[in-house]
Amino acid sequence: MTTKKGSGKTSKTEPETNDKPAFRDDDLERRRRQLDAEIAARRQGGSEGERGAKSGGTTGYGQAVKLSSEFIAGVAVGAGLGWTVDRWAGTSPWGLIVLLLLGFAAGVLNVMRSAGVVAQPGQKAPDKRPKGSDD
Amino acid sequence: MSNDPIHQFHITKLIPIEIGGYDLSFTNSSAFMVATVVAASAFLFLTTSSRGLIPSRLQSISEMSYEFVASMLRDAAGSHGMKFFPFVFSLFTFVLVANLLGLFPYFFTVTSQIIVTFALALLVIGTVIVYGFMKNGIGFLKLFVPSGVPGILVPLVVLIEIISFLSRPISLSVRLFANMLAGHITLKVFAGFVASLSAFGAIGVAGSILPLAMTVAITALEVLVAFLQAYVFAVLTCMYLNDALHPGH
Repeated sequence: MTTKKGSGKTSKTEPETNDKPAFRDDDLERRRRQLDAEIAARRQGGSEGERGAKSGGTTGYGQAVKLSSEFIAGVAVGAGLGWTVDRWAGTSPWGLIVLLLLGFAAGVLNVMRSAGVVAQPGQKAPDKRPKGSDD
Repeated sequence: MSNDPIHQFHITKLIPIEIGGYDLSFTNSSAFMVATVVAASAFLFLTTSSRGLIPSRLQSISEMSYEFVASMLRDAAGSHGMKFFPFVFSLFTFVLVANLLGLFPYFFTVTSQIIVTFALALLVIGTVIVYGFMKNGIGFLKLFVPSGVPGILVPLVVLIEIISFLSRPISLSVRLFANMLAGHITLKVFAGFVASLSAFGAIGVAGSILPLAMTVAITALEVLVAFLQAYVFAVLTCMYLNDALHPGH
C-alpha cells in the first residue's frame, strides 16, 4: 500500500516537471514543501477536534465493555500467573492468593489508565500517588 | 434451530484435512478469512489502479483509509512509528472488513471467534516485545519501572506493571470478540421475535413491527460498532507500538 501510494505521488508530479524547464524545479519543490507543511499544520488541528468528537461520541455501552474487559483481563492474568507459579513451585495456595490480589490491583490500574484518571506509564507526577495508595 | 441465536457461530468443516494427527481442516471460518483478505486486497488494488490525480469516489475511499491510519499512527507513535504502517494498516483493514462482512445475513463473522482475535492480539504484543528488545535491548524493561517510585515499593509496582502488560492482549482480544458476539446475538434475538410473533395471526404481525424496527436500528448500530472496534484495535496497537519505540521516556 505504501509503495503504491508513493508511486502515485510521483506520477502526479511527473507530467509537470517534464513539461516545464528545469530551472523551475526548485520553485516547485519549495512550493510543494510549503504545501506539505501547511497540510501537516492543518491536519494536526483537525485530528485534535476529530478525536475529541470521537471520544465524546462513544456510547456508554462501548465504554462499559472497554472498562470491564480491562479489569477482567487484569484479574484473569493475575490468577493465571498465580496458578502457574503454584504448580511449578508447589507453594499452593499462596502464589494464587498473592498474585490474584496483585492482579486485582493491575486491573484497577488498567481501568484507571484507560479512563484517563491515571497517566500512561512514562509520565511522572500523577502516576505516583494512586500506586502508593495501592499498598 | 432456525431461532437459535448461537447457531451462527458454529464452525463447520468444508474440506476436512488432517496432517500428523492435527485437525487442519478448511472451515467456514477459514473461508471467510480468505474472503476478507481477498475483498480488502481487491478493493484497494482495483480502486487505486487508475491512480487519478483527481480521485474517483472509490479511489478517495482508499486514500482516506490510508490517511486515516497514517495520521492515527503518527499521532500515537510519532514519525518513527511509520515503519509499522503496513502492519497496522493490514490489521485495521482485516478487522474492519471482517466485521463488515459479518453483517451480511448468513455470513460468518470471523472476529466473533475469540481464538482469531486472540491470535491478532498476540501478534501485536509479540511484535511489541520482539521489536522493543531489538531496539532498546535490556532498556525495554524500563517500561515496567515507573520513575519516582519509593524504593521499597518498586518490586510490588513492577509486578503490578508486568501483570498489567500481560493483560493487554487479553483485554484487546476480549473487547473485539465480546462486542461482535454480543451484537450478533442481540440482532439474531430481535430478528427471531419478528418470526415468532408473526405466527400469532394479525395481532402478532402488527406487534412484530416493534422488533423489526429494533432490528433495523441495531443493524445501523452494528455498522458503527464494526468500524469503532476496528478503530479501537488499531489505536491500541499504535499505543503499544509506541511503548516498544520509546519505553519509559
